[in-house]
Amino acid sequence: MDQSAVVMKSVNKWYGQFHVLRDINLDVKKGERIVICGPSGSGKSTMIRCINRLEEHQQGDIVVDGIPLTTNLKNIDDVRREVGMVFQHFNLFPHLSVLENCTLAPMWVRKEPKAKAEETAMKFLTRVKIPEQALKYPGQLSGGQQQRVAIARALCMNPKIMLFDEPTSALDPEMIKEVLDVMVDLAQGGMTMLCVTHEMAFARQVANRVIFMDQGQIVEENEPNEFFLRPKSTRTKLFLEQILH
Amino acid sequence: MTLAYVRTEDAPKLPAPASAAGLWPRLRDRFAPTPLSGIGTIIIALFLAWAIWSIFQWAVVSAIWTAVDREPCNTVTAGACWPFVQAKAMQWIYGFYPIEQRWRPNLVFLIGAVSLAGLLIPKIPYKGWNALFFFIAFPIFTYVVLSGGFFGLEQVDTEQWGGLLITLIASITGIVASLPLGILLALGRRSDMPVVRTLCTMFIEIVRGVPLVLVLFMAANMFPLFMPPGINPGKLLLALIGIGLFSAAYMAEVVRGGLQAIPKGQYEASMAVGLSYWRMMLLVVMPQALKVVIPGIVNNFISLFKDTSLISIIGIFDLFNIVQSGFNDAKWASAQTGNTGYFALALIYWAFCFSMSRYSQFIERKLNTSYTR
Repeated sequence: MDQSAVVMKSVNKWYGQFHVLRDINLDVKKGERIVICGPSGSGKSTMIRCINRLEEHQQGDIVVDGIPLTTNLKNIDDVRREVGMVFQHFNLFPHLSVLENCTLAPMWVRKEPKAKAEETAMKFLTRVKIPEQALKYPGQLSGGQQQRVAIARALCMNPKIMLFDEPTSALDPEMIKEVLDVMVDLAQGGMTMLCVTHEMAFARQVANRVIFMDQGQIVEENEPNEFFLRPKSTRTKLFLEQILH
Repeated sequence: MTLAYVRTEDAPKLPAPASAAGLWPRLRDRFAPTPLSGIGTIIIALFLAWAIWSIFQWAVVSAIWTAVDREPCNTVTAGACWPFVQAKAMQWIYGFYPIEQRWRPNLVFLIGAVSLAGLLIPKIPYKGWNALFFFIAFPIFTYVVLSGGFFGLEQVDTEQWGGLLITLIASITGIVASLPLGILLALGRRSDMPVVRTLCTMFIEIVRGVPLVLVLFMAANMFPLFMPPGINPGKLLLALIGIGLFSAAYMAEVVRGGLQAIPKGQYEASMAVGLSYWRMMLLVVMPQALKVVIPGIVNNFISLFKDTSLISIIGIFDLFNIVQSGFNDAKWASAQTGNTGYFALALIYWAFCFSMSRYSQFIERKLNTSYTR
């Protein structure tokens, strides 16, 4: 059995004439936790958004849990069932209650009966520590609470891989920890995770590997201690100096 | 002088202060904060008093309340001629529908009202079944019962239908057809598929670019020329289709406005949890987009309701047409007959439109889950 969760081979992508992803090669093993960092506009988000086909790559191969990502719509559907995603701006459905946010996809995509979907939803809402908010609407919650609901919503589809696209960047400082705690808990549960984040303490604590991207390329990758203590590339050094003050 | 400061005890939490000013200063602030605006207030008040008194004078004080024909109304001092309205009321409601058959439209009114109430009042259950009945079964039922010609039911041609009956049929058909069609057109116009997009855009732009009067003329006079001989759907049906398509084009642009208000993140989150295009639209995007444009949608409904009066120009006796045609009745023609008829018409149209407006405000409040502070 293949041990890779995500394989990207020579992936290239352009926005018009702008070469946004350049020769990306990445092999993420099952259960591996990867943190991706890099300056703004370096293609971090674009890269992980290619993994669940929110962005289309033009060259190279992406294989997610053994399913090749092509224009085949069935493959795209299959991949999206395997991959959960958490966004910077939460993107909860504001017209649905917290519970309905969590049961929508299980009921309509997996065809689960309502009672079962609600049971699963409550399980994950309990895991992210907000079961008491289930009947409220997203607009009534704080940013940190909303992001935890977004994590629970993704988990309700029982994904094998979780993508985090700057999950704490839009949060007030005092709310970052509650979201990171949930992510650490998830990591300790053995979830395969790819996180775009600048929370370096989180990277040190849970990442198996840190990837530094710049100008659409993977510039450097290493296990966290080596990465932070002995960065090799000058671009990595410069970036770390700027964020670790 | 030191910069250090530490609060040692919490400041008390107090209730908000009551308005200090008395009634008179508050009124003055509202209506005459400056001498100039005080003068404005007085002028507007005088104008309103004059307008309201004039209407009251005409409609109530010098109005004729009982008469068997036009005689009392045909004097110089007479105000509104209410007996005319009373004499014509049944015709206004049913048109030329045979008198002994009027239980049929009554039955349709009753069932329609009950079903509609069930749809509009949030607390009443079985919305799905009710909607299925109202939007699919009820129109067929209406057509079959009103036209008859079977089971011993006397046949009544659509030419004989009229009055409020026709106005309601036309506007409900238009309203019911325009929303789903408009949604599909709006989605089509934003589609990635070039053929779909071009067709939808062309339809919207062409239909929006011609007057409704023209659409109705073409539906009633030109369209039958293209039909195979022997097939004549009838003026009313063609007019209904014309109205439905016309309002759908307007609706499409309103809905498109709503779609543009939905952030890209909502689409991305829907796709990321695996929803297909149609499920994403049905469950996530449309509920939000339509909520944003409720005022625009109801605006369309209201203008559609009033625009149905245009079908009078292709010879259908809707409410507007039938009221007008009564003015020439030799028994009732007087100086005040027309005024009274138009005044009553205005009240009827206004009552329906204002109800729609109030209901939409109620629904907007009910659907508001944004909790913005």
